[in-house]
Amino acid sequence: MSISATLSTKFSQEVTDLKEANGQLWGYVDKRAVKKVCAYLKNDCGFNILMDLTCVDYLHWEEKADRFEIVYNLYSMKANERIFLRARVSEDDAVIDSVDSVWPAANWLEREVWDMFGIRFTGHPGLKRILMYEEFQGHALRKDYNYSKRQPLIGPKN
Amino acid sequence: MGQIAAAGPQAPSVNLDKLDFMTTTLDAAIGWSRKFSIFQYPFITACCGMEYMATACSHYDVDRFGAGFPRFSPRQADVLFVVGTISHKMAPILKQVYDQMCDPKWVVAFGVCTCTGGFYDNYATVQGIDTIIPVDIYIPGCPPRPENVLDGLMKLQEKIQKQGLRSTQPSAETPA
Repeated sequence: MSISATLSTKFSQEVTDLKEANGQLWGYVDKRAVKKVCAYLKNDCGFNILMDLTCVDYLHWEEKADRFEIVYNLYSMKANERIFLRARVSEDDAVIDSVDSVWPAANWLEREVWDMFGIRFTGHPGLKRILMYEEFQGHALRKDYNYSKRQPLIGPKN
Repeated sequence: MGQIAAAGPQAPSVNLDKLDFMTTTLDAAIGWSRKFSIFQYPFITACCGMEYMATACSHYDVDRFGAGFPRFSPRQADVLFVVGTISHKMAPILKQVYDQMCDPKWVVAFGVCTCTGGFYDNYATVQGIDTIIPVDIYIPGCPPRPENVLDGLMKLQEKIQKQGLRSTQPSAETPA
C-alpha cells in the first residue's frame, strides 16, 4: 500500500488534501494530530529524517483562513521518498505540539521558528531564541515586522 | 647624514663620511617604526576572511609591509582588522575587543559589510562598524581583492607615519 493510501485510510480525519506533485507527496495535517501522524510516519513508514521544519506567514492572504502554516519536510532514506506536511496555525492560538520527541533534529528547527515567527511548541525541552538575542522584541520574519526596524544592543537606534 | 655645526674658530675638522649616525625627529622615527611592525588582530566573521587569508599568504605576502604577524589576543595587537558582516548580536563583543586593545591602535573596516552593512539592510546587521567603534581605513568590496587590501594597508601606513606620537584615540567619546 502506498504512503498516500495508508495515510488517507488510517488518518482520514487528520490528514487532508493529499496530492502528488513532482513525484512528491503533499498534504495538510490537523495541528492537534501532528505528533501522532509524525510518530506514525517515522516508526511505521520509515520517514527517518526530518529534513526541515519551517513556517510560512500568509498575512493578508484572502484565501487562507489561518495566518501561519508549519511545514514538515520528511524523507525516507530507505524508500528515497519525500513527504511535505503542512499544519495550519492561527495567529490567536499560535501554539503547536513539538515533534522533538520524534526527531531530535526538530529541537533547533523549532527554536528557529519560535525565534523568527513566534510560534510556541508545547513539549519542547528548551524553547528559547536561537539566532537573535533575548533582548530582541518581536519576531523578525513575521510579515508585519517593519523591515527597517532596528534593535541594536549597542550603538545608535535606526 | 649628520650635520656638524661649526663651533668657533678652533673647531676640529670632521670627516662626514666616517659618521655612522643620522638625525631625525622623534615623531618621524616612531611613525616609521610603528608602520612597519603592524601586529594585526583578525576579527573574521564571514566570507571576506577568504580574501584576507589570500592576502596574508605568500602570493600577496602581507609580510612585505611588516604586517605578517597576526595576534589572537587584543592585548598584543595594534590594528583591528574587522573582516566580515557584524551582527547586532556580535556588536558588544567587537566593542569589547576594541576596548581591550592597547594604545596606539587602529581599525580597518574590511569589506563593504563592515563599512556600511552592505546589502544586509535588515534587522540583524550593524549598518557599518563606525556606529560602534572609530574606523581608520575603509576597504570596500564584496569581498575586496588582495590588491585592494594592500592598497588600504599602505594608506594605513601613511596615516600611522603622519600620526607620529599623537594618540590614536579620538577626541570625542566613542558612541556606546
